[in-house]
This record gives sequence, structure tokens and C-alpha cells, in this order.
Amino acid sequence: MLCDLCKKNVAKVHLTQMDKGETKKIDLCEECAKVKGIDDPTGFSLADLLLGLGAAQEMEPGAAGTGARCPACGFTQAEFKKTGRLGCAECYRTFAEGLEGLLKSMHKGTRHVGKVPQSQHFSPDLEEQLKGLQRKLEKAVAEEDFEQAAVLRDQIKRLREPPSHPAAL
Amino acid sequence: MKIDEFLPSPAATLKSSGPHDRIVMSSRVRLARNLRGLPFPGWAKKPDRVKALELIRPAVESLPAMAGAFSGNMDDLTSLDRQILVERHLISREHAAKSGGSGLVLNPDLSLCVMINEEDHLRMQALRHGLQLRAAWQAIDQLDSALEGKLDYAFSRELGYLTACPTNVGTGIRVSAMLHLPALVLDEQINQIITAVNKLSLAVRGLYGEGTEALGNVFQVSNQMTLGETETDLLERLHKVLAQLIEHEENARGRLLEKRAKMVFNHVGRAYGILANAHSISSKETMNLLSLLRLGIDLGCFPKVDCTLADELFMITQPAHLQKGFAEKLSADERDLLRADMLRERLLQVGRPVTPPPAPDKPSGN
Repeated sequence: MLCDLCKKNVAKVHLTQMDKGETKKIDLCEECAKVKGIDDPTGFSLADLLLGLGAAQEMEPGAAGTGARCPACGFTQAEFKKTGRLGCAECYRTFAEGLEGLLKSMHKGTRHVGKVPQSQHFSPDLEEQLKGLQRKLEKAVAEEDFEQAAVLRDQIKRLREPPSHPAAL
Repeated sequence: MKIDEFLPSPAATLKSSGPHDRIVMSSRVRLARNLRGLPFPGWAKKPDRVKALELIRPAVESLPAMAGAFSGNMDDLTSLDRQILVERHLISREHAAKSGGSGLVLNPDLSLCVMINEEDHLRMQALRHGLQLRAAWQAIDQLDSALEGKLDYAFSRELGYLTACPTNVGTGIRVSAMLHLPALVLDEQINQIITAVNKLSLAVRGLYGEGTEALGNVFQVSNQMTLGETETDLLERLHKVLAQLIEHEENARGRLLEKRAKMVFNHVGRAYGILANAHSISSKETMNLLSLLRLGIDLGCFPKVDCTLADELFMITQPAHLQKGFAEKLSADERDLLRADMLRERLLQVGRPVTPPPAPDKPSGN
């Protein structure tokens, strides 16, 4: 019998759970059992495991294929399959394509609507601000005021994307 | 300062009461945050973890809310100290197993706790007695807002706070409450309730014990989704569910007293009998009997004490708390003897249960 998770190794850990007369069974190899925390049975629930079964594998290969490596931290999709955790904040961009479906299945929505750090707040509305700058930029280019255009271009860039360099270092 | 000198006694921390604490033992709100530009702790090499720790620890220590806090590296704590922190519900089992580059900052009344380099760079939590989700959220929201001025968080406008596990991305929030639901278990309604709560995409877990078995009838209800809903919407949703769970438990208690009072008093009486007289008792049996003792206290069978006693005994009969004060590692058998000695002594002053209780202290049973 092969492990239900990796489907490679021989299953040695066999779990059975009765839930309202329904029997659920799962067979795992020692390695996957360990990864899933079943060697430490405290707080383990078969339901969690069954619900989450395959979740870690659902990350679809992105355009770059499964071999893609995060340029910031060197993390790969294969690692994610093993642990269900990502390597760094930048991984969300690197594996964005593959993560999309996964996030959709896990969460209520795919867009953050909660708290935003003060430093990321924009007033007035960011979109409005960007549009205004864009108009000014076009005007500057038309008037061949390249100095001004460069300034505006940088402003737009900063607004669109918060600095990704480690400011804390 | 040493952590065991810093930690107030369980009795002292459990003394304060909160709304609905007959049923809701505690409320907790946890936020996950990471620093921009450093790999997440699970993937980071030690130098990067140390770098994160060196940035985060002083920033957390400097907050007014953390005045007088304990602050240390996990390396400096003995394994017994860590185990005690786990039994106190202050750190996760995962964090207790961490070494190089992990840290902990804990305020004096233990209501704010920041784990550094657990699964995420920062896991900060606010803890309150009884049902106080909003107060817990306000406290941790303030702490987080104060910290964001000092640290550069990994945040994306699209996905919110970026976390090591995609299940936490967005708000990075986990709102949870610890509930004591003995009547729903005795009345065999608990499985139905758990299924119903699960359908609302909330998780219900047994807090103690292995697998799905919930020792001591203590359950933890928490959210699972963190993306696509605001913190306050989630909080209010969970609050409503908890209010219903409280009502169900109160109703079940009322119904049991009305229809099957002998069965309830039999359980309470036997629980007291064993706890007050045993000479060897396992942790599992202790939990289950303490739950019944706590129910008896709630129902007025032990007029001299309040549920703080049961909650304290829940904590101090656990392995690491028993081990404290002994240089030699105790075996499970030795702990069972010690546990029984402690329970006999503590229950001496409680006196036998009065059944039926003199007068119900809650109108819901009538």
C-alpha cells in the first residue's frame, strides 16, 4: 500500500477516524506522517489532514514550470510541496500564478481588504493620484520636459510598488 | 531575569474574571507579520534568523505596552521552562522546539506575548479572560500599529500581510476562544455543533488530548480564512457564533438539570470523590474529572469555591508544572502519584459537593 500523500513510499502509518458513523481512513509513509506532525499526536486531527489533503500540492506549475526558483531566496516549488510554507515574501510574486488557485480554495476572497500599514496609506485615493501623475507625465513628455518626466516617472513607480529592498538592513 | 521568577503563579493570573467565563475560558487574537527582505524563519539560514531577531526584539521591547516585559532568546530557556510556557498557553509547541534565532517577549500580566521567529518573523498575541474578542483585538491592533513604525513589514496591496503559510496571508489574524462545553458533551450534541460550526468555515479543536478526542471538554474555536474579510467583520462573525455556543451550552445545562439531574450529580460527585481521594491519577483522567468538577462549581455544588480553582488545577497538574521544583526527571508514574497528592491536598478545603445545589446562580436553568 502506498502513502496517500506522496504516493511513492510504502504507507506505515494507518489512521482511522469515526465521524458520525462514517469511517475515514488514511495511510501515510513515515516521512509524510512526520511532515504532517503525526509523530507528535498532540493537537492532530484527521479532519484537518483530510481537509488539507493535497492542498500543498495544488499549487499549479507557473509559466516557468515546476523548476522555478525564487530570485530573492532560492526557494522552489518542490520545497513548497514538502512543507506547505513559502521561502520569503517575494515568493508570493515568484509563484503568483501557481498560488492563485490555492488561495482561492483556502480563503474567502483573493484580495486583502483588512488592515493596511500607515506607510502604505494613500490620500486621496491611490488610483486617482496615479491617474493625475500619469496625465502630468504625458504632458511633460509632450512638452519635451524630460527632467520633469523622469521625476514623475519615479513618483509613479514608488506609488505602484512599495520599495522591495530591505529598508531595515 | 529568569522566566520562572518573572511568571506570576497560575492562581494569580487566573484570578481576574471576564464576561461569560463560566463557559468561555479565554479569548485570544494573534497576528502574523514578517519583515521585508528577509526569508521566512523556516527557510532562513541561522544568520538571517539572528538578524531578524536582532531587529525585532529591541523594537518590541521599546514599546510602552511592553514596559517591564520579559524578553529573551529561546536558546536561554531550559526545555522545562519552555514546556511550562506551552502549558500556560503562552507559546506554541512549535515555538518551544525552536532554538537559534528565536525569541520571546512577554508583558508582566501575560496579556501580550510576542513570539519571534516562530513560523513567521512575528507572531504576536493578546489574551483576555472570558469572552473579550474585541478587547483582545484592540490591544493587539495597537501593538501592531506601534511596531509598524519601527519595522518594515512585508505587505502587498493585493495580498495584505505576507506570511510563510498561504493559509495566514492577508490579515494574518487568528481569532480564537477556549470554551468549556461539558453539558453539550454529556448531552451528546457536541458532534452536531462542531459540524455546524465547521460549515461556517471556523475550526473547532480539542484543546487537550490526542486526535479528535477533547480531554476536559475544552474546545478551541477559531477562524481559518484570513484573506478577503476585514478583521472586524471576522471578529463579529466569530463573536456571534460564540454567543450561540454559549446559549446552547447554557440550555443543555438547564435541560440536563431538569431532566437528568441525578446523572449530572452522579458525574460531579464521582469526579470529586476520585480527585479528592486518589493516590495515583493520570493526566488524562484528571482533565476529564476536573471538567466535571468545574461544571459542578458552575452549577453551585461547591459554594465555597469559584471556577478559578478548576482552571488552576487544569494547569498545575500538567507534566511540566508538576516537574517544576524537582531536579531529577520524574517518570510518568511518579507524576501520577505527585498529581494525586496535590489534588487531595487542594480539594481538602473544597468540601463535598452539595447536591442539589442550594439555589441556582443563573436563571437559565429554570
